[in-house]
Amino acid sequence: MKTSEIAPGDEVHRGNPVTVDRYTAAARVNHWITATSLVLLALSGLALFHPSLFFLTGLFGGGGLTRMIHPWIGVVLFFAFVGLFLRFWRLNLWKSEDGTWMAKLRDVIAGHDENLPEVGKYNAGQKMVFWLMSILIVILISSGFAIWDQYFSEYTTIDQKRVAVLIHAVAAVVIICVWIVHVYAAIWVRGTISAMTRGQVTGGWAWRHHRKWLRELVTSKR
Amino acid sequence: MTNSWTDIKNTDLVVIMGGNAAEAHPCGFKWVTEAKANRGAKLVVVDPRYTRSAAVSDMYAPIRQGTDIAFLLGVINYCMQNDKVQWDYVKTFTNAPYLVKEGFTYKDGLFTGYDESKRDYNRSTWDIELGPDGFVVADDTLQNPRCVWNLLKAHVAQYTPDMVSRICGTPKDKFVKVCEMIAETSAKNKTMTSMYALGWTQHSKGSQNIRCMAMLQLILGNIGVRGGGMNALRGHSNIQGLTDIGLMSNLIPGYLTIPTERETSFDTYMSSRGFKPLRPNQMSYWQNYKKFFVSFQKAMWGSAATAENSFAYDYLPKLDVPAYDVLRAFELMHQGKMNGYFCQGFNPLMSFPNKKKLTAGLSKLKFLVTMDPLETETARFWENHGEFNDVDPSKIQTEVIQLPSTCFAEDEGSTTNSGRWLQWHWAGGTPPAEAKADTWIMAQIHLRLKALYQKEGGAFADPILKLDWQYKNAGEPTPEELAKELSGKVLETVTDPSDSTKVLLEKGKQVVNFATLRDDGSTACGCWIYSGCFNPAGNNMARRDNSDPDETGAYSKWAYSWPANRRILYNRASADINGKAWDPSRKLIEWDGAKWAGYDVPDIAPGAKPDVVGPFIMNPEGTARLFTRGMLRDGPFPVHYEPFESPIANPVAPKVRGNPVARVFKGDMEQFGDSKEFPYAATSYRLTEHFHFWTKHVQSNAAMQPEFFVEISEQLAKEKGVKSGGWVRVWSKRGSIKAKAVVTKRIVPLQCDGKTVHIVGIPLHWGFTGAAKKGFGPNMLTPYVGDANIETPEYKAFLVDIEALAGPVA
Amino acid sequence: MFPPIPNPSTKPATPKFGEQDLMRRSASSVTPPAQRQTEVAKLIDVSKCIGCKACQTACLEWNDLREEIGVNHGVYDNPLDLTPASWTVMRFNEWVNPETNNLEWLIRKDGCMHCEDPGCLKACPAPGAIVQYTNGIVDFVRENCIGCGYCVKGCPFNIPRISKVDAKAYKCSLCSDRVAVGQGPACAKACPTQAIVFGTKEEMKKHADGRIKDLKSRGYKNAGLYDPPGVGGTHVMYVLHHADQPQLYSGLAKNPTISPIVEIWKGLTKYAGLAAIGAFAAIGLLHHVVSGPNRVSSEDEQNAKRLAEGGSR
Repeated sequence: MKTSEIAPGDEVHRGNPVTVDRYTAAARVNHWITATSLVLLALSGLALFHPSLFFLTGLFGGGGLTRMIHPWIGVVLFFAFVGLFLRFWRLNLWKSEDGTWMAKLRDVIAGHDENLPEVGKYNAGQKMVFWLMSILIVILISSGFAIWDQYFSEYTTIDQKRVAVLIHAVAAVVIICVWIVHVYAAIWVRGTISAMTRGQVTGGWAWRHHRKWLRELVTSKR
Repeated sequence: MTNSWTDIKNTDLVVIMGGNAAEAHPCGFKWVTEAKANRGAKLVVVDPRYTRSAAVSDMYAPIRQGTDIAFLLGVINYCMQNDKVQWDYVKTFTNAPYLVKEGFTYKDGLFTGYDESKRDYNRSTWDIELGPDGFVVADDTLQNPRCVWNLLKAHVAQYTPDMVSRICGTPKDKFVKVCEMIAETSAKNKTMTSMYALGWTQHSKGSQNIRCMAMLQLILGNIGVRGGGMNALRGHSNIQGLTDIGLMSNLIPGYLTIPTERETSFDTYMSSRGFKPLRPNQMSYWQNYKKFFVSFQKAMWGSAATAENSFAYDYLPKLDVPAYDVLRAFELMHQGKMNGYFCQGFNPLMSFPNKKKLTAGLSKLKFLVTMDPLETETARFWENHGEFNDVDPSKIQTEVIQLPSTCFAEDEGSTTNSGRWLQWHWAGGTPPAEAKADTWIMAQIHLRLKALYQKEGGAFADPILKLDWQYKNAGEPTPEELAKELSGKVLETVTDPSDSTKVLLEKGKQVVNFATLRDDGSTACGCWIYSGCFNPAGNNMARRDNSDPDETGAYSKWAYSWPANRRILYNRASADINGKAWDPSRKLIEWDGAKWAGYDVPDIAPGAKPDVVGPFIMNPEGTARLFTRGMLRDGPFPVHYEPFESPIANPVAPKVRGNPVARVFKGDMEQFGDSKEFPYAATSYRLTEHFHFWTKHVQSNAAMQPEFFVEISEQLAKEKGVKSGGWVRVWSKRGSIKAKAVVTKRIVPLQCDGKTVHIVGIPLHWGFTGAAKKGFGPNMLTPYVGDANIETPEYKAFLVDIEALAGPVA
Repeated sequence: MFPPIPNPSTKPATPKFGEQDLMRRSASSVTPPAQRQTEVAKLIDVSKCIGCKACQTACLEWNDLREEIGVNHGVYDNPLDLTPASWTVMRFNEWVNPETNNLEWLIRKDGCMHCEDPGCLKACPAPGAIVQYTNGIVDFVRENCIGCGYCVKGCPFNIPRISKVDAKAYKCSLCSDRVAVGQGPACAKACPTQAIVFGTKEEMKKHADGRIKDLKSRGYKNAGLYDPPGVGGTHVMYVLHHADQPQLYSGLAKNPTISPIVEIWKGLTKYAGLAAIGAFAAIGLLHHVVSGPNRVSSEDEQNAKRLAEGGSR
């Protein structure tokens, strides 16, 4: 059986150009809460990660407040991401065409979408971002709790904390890199950002990057 | 202390037994670490518990509490059997060669003359034989079977290592090892110091515990020498001062005694205090008794004390009992015979045994006055504190008046340390709120009483009305005025009898020291042994020169050491019969052919010839006593008696329970438990984190040791299912307590007389007032009996039972 | 007797060291002064220690700290562990020496070791929250502390504690305020047996030699000095009767070093992490410059329109 590539709210609107509803308002709000949290976490985290970035604590009202706020933002991010996860996980399941897509990474990078297989709502790259984010956030929140000494210091040993702090740092670096990929992709692939701002993309964008998704939307509408 | 704290650094062997210097006297213990670090001295600790002293010792031997005499007599036996005796010392400086009166015997734990109904001895045979010349009869060859040495030898013979181990539970090999270490110090160039405290005094035979070690030290030649001595570690910064000043019902300052009711006249009083020498040419220093006594009377009553009225002898109270000690006082309260009580710097509700009886006694008083810087339990005995002080205030009619006083850091004056040093101190702060100096409080009471007597009259008001009270401010004598009064002054100018122009003593001046006191009323001195502390040279107690020529540890220019700034008592005994130091490296004073001189003030007349005058000048014999004559109530030699509550019968005298002459009040005998009902041997003690019941009021000390606990061995914990840090109940015949349990390897079960004896350790320090967690005191459990001679309660050995408790105490 | 440090003068004195004598400063780079001050050290002679806790109370008093009144835990240790108020605690261990079958009560004063290579300082992200003076004292500067607890993770001895009250890290300062005016630490001043002495590191090592000789003469053949090289030596050292088994003393680390995890975290990760982030950003930028944006063509739009209107397959 063929699984649907459509999420609730996805809809094609005829017109010139054709527009496609990609994200509902709720999904967008959810995304931006997550995004803001992640940025703030990155800034506050980096401030405590490398002395040369300690000045960033100024954004949060000083070192002490940065230390205090960071984990709470993490909690916000976690729950926000749980929302995203519940919305998106199904369409991010790995499909056969994703392997083919990945195999043609050179074409992906070169922007030769025409050489790529038709993909559903998400391509393999987006799926990888999604799953990496999911895994990393779980890693970050759990390692974060282990070093959130203000409330949880007695639940872990110092050795565990040391491992946790290293994992937290590495995971944070990785998630920032993933985030860079995510943001860059959104910028590079023009027409993407509107999906998360207005909730819509053009039909051409969908045709070019997510043709399978578009086809299914059109079909389902008939 | 015969020696001083600083002198301990000169020793070769420190024996801590009957004390726990590292924990209870950490600052003085410094000198033990000095001896260890710089002289390679060894430290031996003998204690029922592996204490913090034991933690830094070279040798630790466990002992069952209350068996110290057996242990020490065993050591004496070892030394005698193995020829570890400082023979020259024993033969010339002790009464070893003297013959004991015919008729004196010892059998089955009792000496001649025991009367069971009176719990007392007729001590007439306990004496040295005197010749027709009134002098002692001696056998310098030590051959006569009736000489002290041979009687002692026979007396200690049964305390073999096996017997000691059987009584004390000390493993035999450890006992023998301790014997070997101690015996080594019989060499002339080796010394041992004995450091002891309440671990020896708080027994029904406390005096004999100490005597026993004193005898051993004499046999080893360790008294009067640097690094030797009998060193009583006093528990309170000024408790030495308390006894010196005679704050006991039967004493006058300077260890003079209050008359008994049989001594109705001054002459009868003096007739038994003549102290005629018992050997030719001896100093017998108590011959000066009258000078000290008369000077004291003059200090008390000034011009009202005249030769005509026997220096106001009648003003002194006369004792109808041996002493009104604290145990007796509470017994009298309990009987309703004492109805007012002044309690100054004292917390008897926590410090004396059988709290239930104490509370009952205090509840029968008409009034109780407490003078204390702290809110003591005694002052609040009527207040309900749940199970910690379960009383019904509505049933108690005692009027309690709390007078807040200053603490030591808020007033000026001197304290006397264990080493007899009078050290002046200055106020470091101002007293809070309404707190007043004790001297102010007492002066005010005196003035008001005097006014009442003047107004209303009363029976025999003279001792109060005529009390000499010439202070600048009658309402508050200054510490300096009081110190000067204790040191003494000249009342009438005294001139040289042969040359009347030569003034010996000038009226109004402070006396130099007690050597200038006179028995004709021309001098006044409040406490003869303190005489000289504030003399024409000024306040000697305030001296702070820490120079110490040749590093002998004397520090002669630091403060003032009674008597006469002497740092080591009996220091004449540091030199042989010719006046040469036994150990040249430890020279103290020597005879230079004409006089005694050296690092310390000689404890003998400067011109006293060494081969004529004996070193123990306070004794009429001039020698030290291995046989104590009739001075102690419970025997001229110590005997091992079990505590009144003991896990085993006395192996050397199975029929005798406890000390046969210890005073037991009616009703208290029934309050003793036996080992069937209470199988475990308990002991009480102090911890270094706290000072008695004071520091639980201090936040930081309370944090160091916050909560009451008891200590037991891992074996007993296993038997009873007790977990470390869990709760237990401990109870004796007299009461019950709850505490946290500290399960430790530091306490081990001992094998005594074929029986396993478990030890339960119960520290004090907690009560129901203060900052620390509320807790019980061991005195809920301890028996109401004291030492046979001085009535110090038997706190160190009693019986209890123990069980694990499930839940926390309320 | 180790010569005691004379009592202080009542006259004001200029501090012997200060800001200009820093050789390390957390999360910042400092140029150490050309001349290093004489290294100081505190020597704790465990064999002289009677566990009286005078050092603990002196520490509370001098530093004006209030430790809470706890409970008995079935041991003599109180408080049971270091706290933000108790910068030093006595640790008691009952050990039966298998060689002699005798009980030994090993009592150790625990507290900051003032490592020559301080792990706390290495881990600290807040500039100037932890400083090391050229005399070896490692000090926490409260104003700069952000309470992150990284020092706890960096410390090989488990010393710093974070206050629940003000969320700042606390530990022994080696009484830097007293040392600066020629005094020894309060604990050394209070120690009745001179189990704690203070002086230059050289003096302390020499004093320790004498103590070790004495201990060896008493049969402690493994007596020795604890000055662990793994952290570059320490400015608080121990004389131990069993220097071969420091762990007997309530878990004193045998070969303490800054945890390799912390080294990786504060070393490789710190640099590699920033490099990776930078690299990703740079590659993105480069990619954009080289390949330009991926635009939707009008053809795509047409295709979409056709599809939407049902035209195309």
